[in-house]
Amino acid sequence: MDLSFGLDATLLARIQFGFTVAFHFIFPAFSIGLASYLAVLNGLYLWSRDEAYLRLFRYWIKIFAISFAMGVVSGIVMSYQFGTNWSVFSDLAGPVVGPLMAYEVLTAFFLEAGFLGIMLFGRQKVGDKLHMFACLMVAGGTAVSATWILSVNSWMHTPAGFVMGENGQFLPDDWWAIVFNPSFPYRLWHTLTAAYLTTAFIVGGVGAWHLLKGRLENRGVKIMFSMAMWMAAIVAPLQIVAGHEQGLNTYEYQPTKVLAMEGHFESHDDGIPLILFGIPNQAEQRMDYEISIPRLGGPILEKGLDASMDGLDTVPIDQQPPVAIVFWSFRIMVAIGLAMMGVGLWSLWSRWRGNLYYDTWLHRAALVMGPSGLVAVIAGWITTEVGRQPYVVYGELLTADAVSPLGASAVGASLLAFIVIYFAIFGAGIVYLLKLMRKPPETFERGYESEPGPTRTQGLTPAAVETPDADVQPAE
Amino acid sequence: MDISFDLTVAWAVLLAFAVYIYVVLDGFDLGIGILYPFFPEKEDRDLMMNTVAPVWDGNETWLILGGGGLFAAFPMAYAIIMPAVYPLIIAMLLGLIFRGVAFEFRWRAGKTFSKFFWDWAFIGGSVTAALTQGMILGTLLQGIEVDGRAYGGGWLDWLTPFTLLCGVAVVFGYALLGACWLNWRIEGPMQHKVRVLARILGFATLGFIGAVSLATPFLEPAYFDRWFAWPQILEVSPIPIAVIGLTFWLAKELFDERNDWAPFVITLGLFGLCFLGLGVCMWPYVIPTEVTLWDAASPYKSQLFMFVGAVVLVPVILAYTCYAYWVFRGKMKVGDGYH
Ligand code: HDD
Ligand code: HEM
Ligand code: HEM
Repeated sequence: MDLSFGLDATLLARIQFGFTVAFHFIFPAFSIGLASYLAVLNGLYLWSRDEAYLRLFRYWIKIFAISFAMGVVSGIVMSYQFGTNWSVFSDLAGPVVGPLMAYEVLTAFFLEAGFLGIMLFGRQKVGDKLHMFACLMVAGGTAVSATWILSVNSWMHTPAGFVMGENGQFLPDDWWAIVFNPSFPYRLWHTLTAAYLTTAFIVGGVGAWHLLKGRLENRGVKIMFSMAMWMAAIVAPLQIVAGHEQGLNTYEYQPTKVLAMEGHFESHDDGIPLILFGIPNQAEQRMDYEISIPRLGGPILEKGLDASMDGLDTVPIDQQPPVAIVFWSFRIMVAIGLAMMGVGLWSLWSRWRGNLYYDTWLHRAALVMGPSGLVAVIAGWITTEVGRQPYVVYGELLTADAVSPLGASAVGASLLAFIVIYFAIFGAGIVYLLKLMRKPPETFERGYESEPGPTRTQGLTPAAVETPDADVQPAE
Repeated sequence: MDISFDLTVAWAVLLAFAVYIYVVLDGFDLGIGILYPFFPEKEDRDLMMNTVAPVWDGNETWLILGGGGLFAAFPMAYAIIMPAVYPLIIAMLLGLIFRGVAFEFRWRAGKTFSKFFWDWAFIGGSVTAALTQGMILGTLLQGIEVDGRAYGGGWLDWLTPFTLLCGVAVVFGYALLGACWLNWRIEGPMQHKVRVLARILGFATLGFIGAVSLATPFLEPAYFDRWFAWPQILEVSPIPIAVIGLTFWLAKELFDERNDWAPFVITLGLFGLCFLGLGVCMWPYVIPTEVTLWDAASPYKSQLFMFVGAVVLVPVILAYTCYAYWVFRGKMKVGDGYH
């Protein structure tokens, strides 16, 4: 049977990698933010002993456990994808990127995994203080994990600190320059805030749903909506600044990518237009149906109104990325970023008027925007990664030269298996998540420990005698 | 032999250690999935899963360290082995997905059917992961065709009776580890049942160790010489002798029923000896008789950069891993967790 679907092995391997990594990233994007949110909730509870925070902690930790598990299993797939699909890349770039990924395992994955059990099941076994410490370790672990992998990924976009070996291997020369390569700080900042925003909008969406259901007497619901809206109002504008800074950095190191994002096929010598919409026509090297604002493109790239710029017409066509994908995915991300800022500002206004919990139109908007962070994050990655083409290590190693020596059928068959199984398994997981989110956080929400679920061992530590809710204040 | 400190050798030892830790830790929790069919009652299954729920994620992280460490310290070997066992790796990863999510999903499933489905996902995923891991090991032992710096064989070369034997052996070995773990962590009639299972599995596992050990020296003349050439035989013969010794001890503990921890610890020892035996066969190759450790090694600078971190971090990791096990120690009973 021919399972290549008429595509070549390289394209299939790219689709497979893009598919599995995009699926993987959905979960970390959510759990990086959620881990920190849980640590904050737990801290607020310990500080104020207000039952509502404990209730929220217990509510969100069940959701976190499921999302985290899906992140872990899809992540293990990623760590082997380099070898299975990109073996030539692994051989050549292994000396540089391998150690960074090994550090990710040693500093982040073990930390998360080691303390996750205590965070989920251990409050009564280890006491409040150590439990809080475990929450912080898990939250910190997720951020450290993002740091290393983004360093790896950034190095592939802006390689630095290496020398070329005689067998074509990238050999490390200066580790500092490798880790802190030029695009890394920008990418780290933009991606971490993206994770926090993604979580804020999911939490806000859930809060909005319960407010729309009229659960106004539930303080947990109000608190989560209010916290999420603060995040939106503060972080969304920061995210736009971060994105802008990253765009400038990309323009410096990967100008072709920015030309594709902005749709500039033509060079300009007196003022750069800002192209809002259009249909990129790469074969003819022009934009069809272009709608643009004259001269505004200059200031966006921090140039003058009458600046000049070389367009894609100065780049050979086989060195250009697929413009339409980059152009559109970039627009999706930016549109969502602006909409997020809009919701944040709107919430400030409602809050100022004392209307935050009664503004049904705001709640509707927040509900619709609930999953928008995930869409923006994937769109952003597609912009970044597709914009790097045709290289896998920018300017140094072509994607087509990095692929494993496998038959198209082998890659096609495994791609098919991944698609079917991912949609089935992670689809089921998302249904379970939505089921949990549909219920509001209850007063005396049952903790993870007392759920009919994975549980703590009956231990020898006497701390277990205290009942879970012994020292909490009455609700409301 | 060169006595001075060789970073490449240090990395080989460290990786072997990571893989060993992986095999015994994830071995027992995969083993629990393999044993599920023998315990059809829901409460029993809940209990079995609860004994590993707080630690399974940490156990699996050693697999990532094994893969990631190979990538970093021996990139060329990683680049050759992964395509050579491509379908096995994919099957293993998918198996790990099914069983990993079952830990959470089992408790969230509403309908009887979906509960049943996730139980079988846990079983199927565990068996698949164990089987494919054994087969990957078998493939490595039987030899991989290398062409320059890349894999040179076909995409089904790994499928032979020997690799199947290794796969089944690992399934039985993991089931034994799982049974010994449960014997330690639970009590009452169920403990009695796992102990009976452990006795049977113990015999079966020894049979498989014997079969694989007998088959291996005939795969490669080099392996044969390692084990049977004079005077080397004096150096390596303690391994099989120790295996026999541990076997008797294991049998004694399983029938005496005095120390509940002992069978588990002895089984760890048995796995350790198998690992040593494997090391004897493979040394100094990563891909036997084709690629040596030094051929595949990444440059000194890469190995050193990681080694500094590993020397500091691995003990820290071991310390907090032990702490997590310590927090969740003690016997568990059916119904634990249903306040
Ligand atoms: C909640 C998610 C989110 C939101 C609202 C935005 N972004 Fe973004 N963006 C990401 C999430 C993201 C990301 C997923 O984190 C990416 C992918 C790779 C990366 O470094 O960050 C990204 C990449 C990315 C890149 C590509 C950088 C490169 O290839 O090197 C640029 C230029 C921007 N963003 C700019 C923006 C602007 C101007 C935004 C607002 C108006 C914006 N982003 C909103
Ligand atoms: C987690 C978020 C990420 C997403 C959503 C993502 C998305 C994608 C997509 C869509 C492609 C296919 C591009 C194409 O073939 O045209 C791709 C390719 C690739 N990406 Fe990423 N990526 C992510 C992170 C990473 C990271 C962290 C790394 C490196 C450590 C990485 C390395 C690669 C490699 C090696 C390829 C294959 C070569 C290529 O086609 O460019 N990606 N990614
Ligand atoms: C190709 C690139 C990637 C690889 C090879 C990879 C690998 C992995 C692996 C092996 C795990 C499981 C760890 C465990 O057992 O605890 C994991 C989980 C995780 N990864 Fe990735 N990852 C990639 C991309 C990313 C990116 C781009 C981010 C964040 C910016 C990220 C953040 C995380 C986090 C936070 C977890 C913990 C689980 C969770 O939060 O859901 N990963 N990843």
